[in-house]
Amino acid sequence: MTRIADIAPLPKPILRAEQIVKQYPGTTALKGVYFNVYPGKVNVLIGENGAGKSTLMKILAGVEQPTSGRRLLRSEAIEIASPRDGLAHGIGIIYQELSLFPNLSVSENIFMAREMVSGVGVVRHKAQDDITRQLMTRLEQPIAPRTLVEDLRIGQQQLVEIARALAEDVSILIMDEPTSALSNAEADILLRIIAELTAQGVAIVYISHKLDECLQIGDVFTVLRDGHLIAEAPAHEVDLAWIVEKMSGRSAEGMFHKQVRVTGEPVLEVENLSLPRAHGGGFLVDDVSFTLQVGEIVGIYGLMGAGRTELLECLFGMQPNARGSIRLGGRPIDNLRIDQRIRAGLALVPEDRQLLGLVQNLSVSKNITLASLKRFIQGLALSRKQERQEVQRLIEALAIKVADARQPITTLSGGNQQKVVIAKSLLTQPTVLMMDEPTRGIDVGAKSDIFNIMNDLADEGLGVLFVSSELKEVVAMADRALVMARGRLVATFAGDAITEQNLADASVSVPSANPPERP
Amino acid sequence: MTESPSISPVGTRRPSLKMMLLQLRAYIALIVLVILFALLSPAFLTSGNLIILTKQVAINAILGIGMTFVILSGGIDLSVGSIVGLCGMVAGWLINEGLILPMFGVSVFFNVWIVILLTLVMGVVVGVVNGVLVTRLRVAPFIATLGTLYVARGAGLLISDGATFANLVGHASLGNTGFPVLGSGTLLGLPYPIWVMVLFAVVAAFVARKTPFGRQVYAVGGNEKAAGLSGVRTNRVKLLTYMISGLCAAMVGLIIASQLVAAHPATGETFELNAIAVVVLGGTSLMGGRGTVGGTIIGAFVIGVLVNGMVLLGVSEFWQIVIKGTVIVLAVVVDQWQQRMQQKALVQD
Repeated sequence: MTRIADIAPLPKPILRAEQIVKQYPGTTALKGVYFNVYPGKVNVLIGENGAGKSTLMKILAGVEQPTSGRRLLRSEAIEIASPRDGLAHGIGIIYQELSLFPNLSVSENIFMAREMVSGVGVVRHKAQDDITRQLMTRLEQPIAPRTLVEDLRIGQQQLVEIARALAEDVSILIMDEPTSALSNAEADILLRIIAELTAQGVAIVYISHKLDECLQIGDVFTVLRDGHLIAEAPAHEVDLAWIVEKMSGRSAEGMFHKQVRVTGEPVLEVENLSLPRAHGGGFLVDDVSFTLQVGEIVGIYGLMGAGRTELLECLFGMQPNARGSIRLGGRPIDNLRIDQRIRAGLALVPEDRQLLGLVQNLSVSKNITLASLKRFIQGLALSRKQERQEVQRLIEALAIKVADARQPITTLSGGNQQKVVIAKSLLTQPTVLMMDEPTRGIDVGAKSDIFNIMNDLADEGLGVLFVSSELKEVVAMADRALVMARGRLVATFAGDAITEQNLADASVSVPSANPPERP
Repeated sequence: MTESPSISPVGTRRPSLKMMLLQLRAYIALIVLVILFALLSPAFLTSGNLIILTKQVAINAILGIGMTFVILSGGIDLSVGSIVGLCGMVAGWLINEGLILPMFGVSVFFNVWIVILLTLVMGVVVGVVNGVLVTRLRVAPFIATLGTLYVARGAGLLISDGATFANLVGHASLGNTGFPVLGSGTLLGLPYPIWVMVLFAVVAAFVARKTPFGRQVYAVGGNEKAAGLSGVRTNRVKLLTYMISGLCAAMVGLIIASQLVAAHPATGETFELNAIAVVVLGGTSLMGGRGTVGGTIIGAFVIGVLVNGMVLLGVSEFWQIVIKGTVIVLAVVVDQWQQRMQQKALVQD
């Protein structure tokens, strides 16, 4: 472990965490963590999912209270009882999950709970709108202050979240995955804002899974693993290999290893699949045809709004207006309900775990068996014993970190929750597994676990169809890559032709009148 | 893969005494109430009084069982009181006037068993209406069942033009005697309504805990979208919960009509509020996904003992209402408290 005293020419930390311990039901998230925040620097905090990054940030911002340990601001121990208290100390936070009110305007969101009020207690909307307009100009967004947040693209919503933090006069700004929903252009704007803030002496705490981005802007790097401080180092001592090694406790070699696979018969055949837009003309999915073979991993790449998620939704029966032919193992399934498609051998791991993947009030075990209850019926009742056996088998096979399968699902880290969703899908014994952004919001270690799982499944003869917006992931994992743009399938690459350059070029191409691939 | 688990075991350690007391609080409250009333009133612990008490409890308990399923799945059923009234009227009508078939100019009278069956079907039908409104027509459960609350009540009044069907004893010549036995007959010294409650409770607890449907009810109440994507037919699950609720309400309608040997169209007014109260008192969350049938039964007994004891002690009827309301809110406050304690206890484990 690097000793903090070894690091020389940094200014005195403005904020410091000492011996922070945080216990949750079933987990100890932080086990005596130290963390320094240096003024005028971009303090990058990295670690795998479940390493405790977000928890530590919530403790620094006053959202959560530590079980034990101290927080020091300018070398003085302080209590941060609430986020409001944190703000009073000059600590602002931009959350990983959007915490906006979709039914309110941009300006109302920015001034939520600190409205500008006139003498008689009436909100001064005009004054709020003026400041909002200035903030939007600073963020280079042509968004009117009275626009409802629900009418904004997700990237713009994230910028509003950032604007909300900028409206405060903070000396420490914590950003938890601020660019996860931003386009490249929007991310560049954010990085420029960060540079402005650090020049003014504001300390930025930056959490991101995009390691290249961290390397680009970070001044100081702190790595957490498993609730412990692993290392702290200034930028000039840090490179990608260093980060990966410290994060996962092993070297970067062999993270992605692509195997050459022999694929077989077609298992999923899609012809002329279309999904009309609900409002107005045009198609969200426009005349898409492709096949997936036994033992094959096919990646679908495309920009936001290209129709990738909608394509999977059509295949899984979530879009009643979808038209076209879908055959699974030669059998038409396009008129079946979701439960019938699952029984026919189709499984989906959705993108949004919390909203679509998990039932939060149920245990780990009950989540895993939810899609396969019929298998456990003995007489009239469910056989607890059989359930327990199958769940235990999957927990071991997927290396899910859980002490007891009866534990509430909410006590697991994101990567482990994702594995639970995958376990649920696998228990239905699918022949085709569809995964929508399978590694979203997951750290490097859990990512490589999930890649290994995908490879193993393909080796066992499953067809794996996954959607990803990360080029590296598609290049690393896919035997064949499909590229979508504006609802259309615009290109197909196989083998060595799957390169970042090829995929990126195709994703911005204008779809031609005729789809390029027709089986 | 990744390193060894760093998670402390959960649920393996013995819960603390304090936690155990909190978890068993409904039972403790019940026992305390029983002891208190036994000391204050010599009439309380007599077998006669206990049987009367349990018969009263049976009404709320049976309604509460149906309501538990609806609330667990994330809905609410305000129509149960009206179903009680409507189904009582249907039973009274079938016994006293028979099914009138105008095209043949005759009335058909049924055996009592058939009357009971048809009445139960009536309750299920209202449940289907509720379920279809909620699932197919996407009306919010509160509004949908508020609508059927009025419609079912009106329908009950229309059957007899507001009059009571009295003396539901049937005629030997018509072969439809015996209806009052359901309300007043006994088996092993206990009135039939108590046995009906026990039967409903046992079956319902089994369904909720042991069957796929029960599991799916909890899943739908917890996260409907995720349940749907897991292949749970969420609309069917919700429809079934309203049908169960309708069935339970019809059973209560039969019991009351049989006890009174009469059917009055206003029977069951505000029963829906009692049913919701016992469910909530039993620790079921109105948000859905959390609660048990057993809790509901205990909740019904707490309310029943409280009311019965206060009557014996001569507490003013107006005070009774105030105390009942206070107990319900207090129960929820303690429940919230326990939830927080449980979180903490898990952490300290």
